[in-house]
Amino acid sequence: MSLNTLTLKQALDGLEKKSFSLDELYNDLETAIGDENKDINAYLTINEESVTEAKVKSNKALKGVPLAIKDNFCTEGLRTTASSTVLDNFIPAFSSTVTRKLTDAGAVMHGKTNLDAWAHGSSTETSQYGRTLNPRNLDYLPGGSSGGSAAAVAGDLAIASIGSETAGSIRQPAAWCGTVGLKPTYGRVSRYGVVAMASSTDSPGPITKTVEDAAILLNHMAGHDPQDGTTSLTEVPDYTQFLNQDLKGLKIGVMYFDISELAHLKEYYQPALKVLESLGASAEYVQAFDPHYAISVYTVVQRGEVSSNLARYTGIRYGQDRSHFGDEAKRRIMLGTFTLSKGYADQYYNLAQRVRTLYIQDYQKLFGKYDVLVSPSSPGFAKKIGATEGAAMFGELEDLLLEPSSIVGLPAIGVPCYRDEKTNLFLGLNIMAPMWREDLVIKVGDAYEKATSWNTWRSNE
Amino acid sequence: MTGSPKITSAQVAHIAKLAHIPVTEEEKEKLATAFTETLAVVDQLQEVDTADVPTTHQVTGLENVTREDAVDERLMFTQEEALANATRKHNGYFVVPQVIEKD
Amino acid sequence: MSKYHLVCGLEVHAELKTASKMFCGCKNDPFHAPQPNIYTCPVCLGMPGGLPVANKKAIDWTLKLGLALNCKINLFSKFDRKHYFYPDLPKGYQISQYDIPFCYDGDIETSEGKVRIRRIHLEEDTGKLLHQTLDGEKVSLVDFNRSGVPLIEIVTEPDIKTASQAKEYGKKLRDLIRYLDIGDCDMEQGGMRLEANISLRSESTDELPNYKVEVKNINSFRFLEQAIAYETERQSEILNQNQTPAQETRGFNPTIGQTFAQRTKEEAEDYRYFPDPDIPPLHFTKVEIKEIENTLPELPHQVIERWRAEYQIDPRFAEPFTNYQVMVEWTELILKRATEKKIEANKLLSDIINKKIDAEIGRSIEDILTDFVRLHQTAEVDTTEIETIIDQVKAEHPDEVTRYQNGEVQLLNFFIGQTMRKLGKKVDMNLIRTALQKALNS
Repeated sequence: MSLNTLTLKQALDGLEKKSFSLDELYNDLETAIGDENKDINAYLTINEESVTEAKVKSNKALKGVPLAIKDNFCTEGLRTTASSTVLDNFIPAFSSTVTRKLTDAGAVMHGKTNLDAWAHGSSTETSQYGRTLNPRNLDYLPGGSSGGSAAAVAGDLAIASIGSETAGSIRQPAAWCGTVGLKPTYGRVSRYGVVAMASSTDSPGPITKTVEDAAILLNHMAGHDPQDGTTSLTEVPDYTQFLNQDLKGLKIGVMYFDISELAHLKEYYQPALKVLESLGASAEYVQAFDPHYAISVYTVVQRGEVSSNLARYTGIRYGQDRSHFGDEAKRRIMLGTFTLSKGYADQYYNLAQRVRTLYIQDYQKLFGKYDVLVSPSSPGFAKKIGATEGAAMFGELEDLLLEPSSIVGLPAIGVPCYRDEKTNLFLGLNIMAPMWREDLVIKVGDAYEKATSWNTWRSNE
Repeated sequence: MTGSPKITSAQVAHIAKLAHIPVTEEEKEKLATAFTETLAVVDQLQEVDTADVPTTHQVTGLENVTREDAVDERLMFTQEEALANATRKHNGYFVVPQVIEKD
Repeated sequence: MSKYHLVCGLEVHAELKTASKMFCGCKNDPFHAPQPNIYTCPVCLGMPGGLPVANKKAIDWTLKLGLALNCKINLFSKFDRKHYFYPDLPKGYQISQYDIPFCYDGDIETSEGKVRIRRIHLEEDTGKLLHQTLDGEKVSLVDFNRSGVPLIEIVTEPDIKTASQAKEYGKKLRDLIRYLDIGDCDMEQGGMRLEANISLRSESTDELPNYKVEVKNINSFRFLEQAIAYETERQSEILNQNQTPAQETRGFNPTIGQTFAQRTKEEAEDYRYFPDPDIPPLHFTKVEIKEIENTLPELPHQVIERWRAEYQIDPRFAEPFTNYQVMVEWTELILKRATEKKIEANKLLSDIINKKIDAEIGRSIEDILTDFVRLHQTAEVDTTEIETIIDQVKAEHPDEVTRYQNGEVQLLNFFIGQTMRKLGKKVDMNLIRTALQKALNS
């Protein structure tokens, strides 16, 4: 078996037992990447020193395993572009807290993956380094903005990966590529050294082959960071302890099926709900605050914060000047500037932040009655290449179902819950829990994954 | 519901100036259209009753996050690191074409 | 031609002397840095992913200054982003405070009336630009050592009525900041910067003028007076022609002592303020504010008042000893001991001011007081000696004697001086005076 198809857990176990060496693991991975990355374009940069680095830390917790890192995480000495030519030649002299923690734990930053430039998008098509293809079906898109990370994992060009979510950017590509994607609570994982998109919702998180892999990575990523004033002092449990549990007594609220866009998906998700019930949970359809407003809230807040966060890219201290921004970046910066400008801030920005409060209150109400909430990850399967052209708000509409939980900051996980045999495309189940309750999403996601065969790695066991 | 604004090229030009984004005439037209569309969607927010609803700028509920007044050399750059990616440098300085005054 | 009254408000920026910067752990020492760009990090250099974390001491010191200036404190406050593009502003925005500053509604007394403080807020400083020509091209060199240094901004109401009052206010503020030991306010280095908002009100109305001219780049009190004087004249001329001076920002040229127009802006600044999402809000309790208030030292004006009451010290003599807390404590020790020894305190302080006695901090107080006694000790001298000297003086200055006897009585001082000099020792001057008067009138 090619070692690149291993899960993170299998790779760690194998290295521990010396079933194979780091050389062999990296070799298989490099071969796969060499064969397929030129078509899939999941990776923008590969770290040539990887295996050398790996051997030095083979006795650490993560044993020198290679990870694929979304290219909006600053990695010291390794090119970081955020998929924009503005940063084409940028080699950071420092690392993000997340990659530093993973490196300290023994992982190797093996490669930087493609994304929608500046994380602006839901298809990875705004990357200035070409689009990434969906390894499940090369005529289709992988989703975004963490499309490169999801594709790397789905195509077994990576053992596991790291992405980031502002409004769906972990869960949506994970769903489109048939992988697991975990978005931690906002403030659970440090944003220091991650190219800022929307500061008030950005959440780094793992995109992996199994829920167990996500739990392992989260253990090393989560925690308070003195360098990030928005991280919580809440203790970090060992997330792997929440695996292998049943769901007895768990009350699940099922959201959004009353929306017209989702009517056609009900038949795909009924079986998923049945599985959850068979594991001991009770599931009930619920009424929630219309998610369409979340699109507007997110659009305004995000673009405002983006226009501010991208003001530092002037080409003076690093990178190239602002004429290098791509069209989507220009659009977002300018719209954000507009909604923050004199005379409009109240009408747009402040109003959006008030509606945001309504979503917080709505979720609080729902979590008063239910332990977790579920919904589809996406209004449909992955889109074909070319389907998104010309749609100004494509991304926001695609992330419709994920934006409410993103702007509120809730933890959530996406797991594959259906595969179309003809197209080989997937649907994802989005599982949300109250703030700081990653344990619940891991428990439910893991239980569901093990009780079904949609996960293409687990079903090989 | 208040009518959403129709954004003009002139407005786009003004915003582009504020945002330091170079735009061509053609781009201004396209952006004006894109903005108008986006704002039409965003204007839906006016439908929502937000009377007495406070704004949320910070979902964590955190307050008073400060640090002690101490120098942390571990995180500081050397001069070389600070200038490592500079487009132009000279004697330890970053170099830019001369600007007369602040915007 | 109607007369005009000055309507002036001042905005002062002062750097705080914390050990580290406002939002990161870089060293705060831009003025003595041996090299440019050696005190930077991802945060203050505006690298991707840099995040700010506020310096607690800088906040405490801001509150302290506010309390010392009788300000109210906003129990809930926050930091906001202020957006504009300039090469010395690495993030493309400055973290500052917009609508909820830490302190507001304070005041400070001057000899020409009270000046109200509108607000005091905390923000970060920018980097520094050096203009130069490099290979024939006009460039600016940028140094970010100063980027992120905590900066306190104090804004007054337009209560200032004269240039001298403006100067007095500026000096008092500077002295207070130094006294509280929170800033050095070295104006030459840029550790304290002044901006003046200047307009004129016709004396026939109480209404505030409908325009104001902002004068920037004033870095000494002398220049402040000059700028105000120049603007007063310039604006008067315009007003005399029944026109209104343009609302604008002007620079100050110290070489010629004049203000000059900077490029007029077509529209007002749009800083697009919004609360910084990276910095959770600040929430103080009344108890915490009280605790900070309790750490306030006795302020200079309070010390002066108390010394007047306790030691009968004339404020003129007290003032120079209230520049620093250490100096106050030291002087207090001296005064206590002087009182015990029944030494005249005002005279003692006056002698120290005039450098007749060395009262350097740490010197033995006993020695200081002994010096004082010695300084004013009058020697024993017999009248015969005095009379002999006086005769000598009279013989040496016959013309002056005649002139004195003809009515120029002020020459007595001349004779006293001559006599004292010849005597060579300290003698009670009244003795000499009496003896001379007797001798000269005979």
